[in-house]
Amino acid sequence: MSKYDIFFHKISLIISLAVLWVMLSGHYTSLQLFLGFLSVLIVAIISSRMNLIIFDQPILQLYFIKFIPYWFWLVVQVLKSNIDVCKRILNPKLPINPQLIMVKASQVSNLAKVIYANSITLTPGTISIDLDGSNIEVHSLSNKGANGLKAGDMDRKITSAEANPYV
Amino acid sequence: MDILTLISSAFIMIGSLSIIVGLIGVYRMPDFYTRLHAASIIDTLGTILILFGLIIYHGLTLISLKLLLILIFILITTPTAAHALAKSALHGNLKPTIGDDRS
Repeated sequence: MSKYDIFFHKISLIISLAVLWVMLSGHYTSLQLFLGFLSVLIVAIISSRMNLIIFDQPILQLYFIKFIPYWFWLVVQVLKSNIDVCKRILNPKLPINPQLIMVKASQVSNLAKVIYANSITLTPGTISIDLDGSNIEVHSLSNKGANGLKAGDMDRKITSAEANPYV
Repeated sequence: MDILTLISSAFIMIGSLSIIVGLIGVYRMPDFYTRLHAASIIDTLGTILILFGLIIYHGLTLISLKLLLILIFILITTPTAAHALAKSALHGNLKPTIGDDRS
């Protein structure tokens, strides 16, 4: 971790906070922009003094850009599994087969593992219950969801997005 | 009537319908964990469709941008809450019913 890294973390925090402020306020007179920028600076200084910026982790904002293709794929998966679970609920026989399975998470960084576990929970039919090292314990509503996870599509996509060297 | 208004109201209607389906699921499911699955329909499909309908209704304005932000934050926080619930239930020794195969 170099001095340059710390500087880059702080700058990216300030930029993203400023963009968020401009988006949420909708006021563009010079006085209000100045006050907004002042509050952004104060928040950045306070959060770096409170050690809220984790310097040995990759920068979150860049992570978001890295994963953009993955987000689109994830939304499609979420819609698909939503339709599947809706069908099971509305079926009079309630064809469910709840089960606990272990899924391997092949990601390197903790942040990518969290993204994987959160994606599992976001898709209806599967909930990540426990994360232990590189194994995720998953509660699945049906065989279909469990087999989809065991096939490892989502795992591979996150790992390849994490290893993307260009961002 | 405007065509965009029609499309957005269709999205909002389908979203409301999916929330009703999720509620039916919460009633019908046998135990705590399976009920969480039904509730996650409300979190994902319901919010995505309703907020998407509202975004279409407002067009390309600052309001749509804020609605998109709300959508992103909801999609990040609700799985975290569901995971916390499931984990605390498992560590509180609430056993899930396994292999109730009626399919």
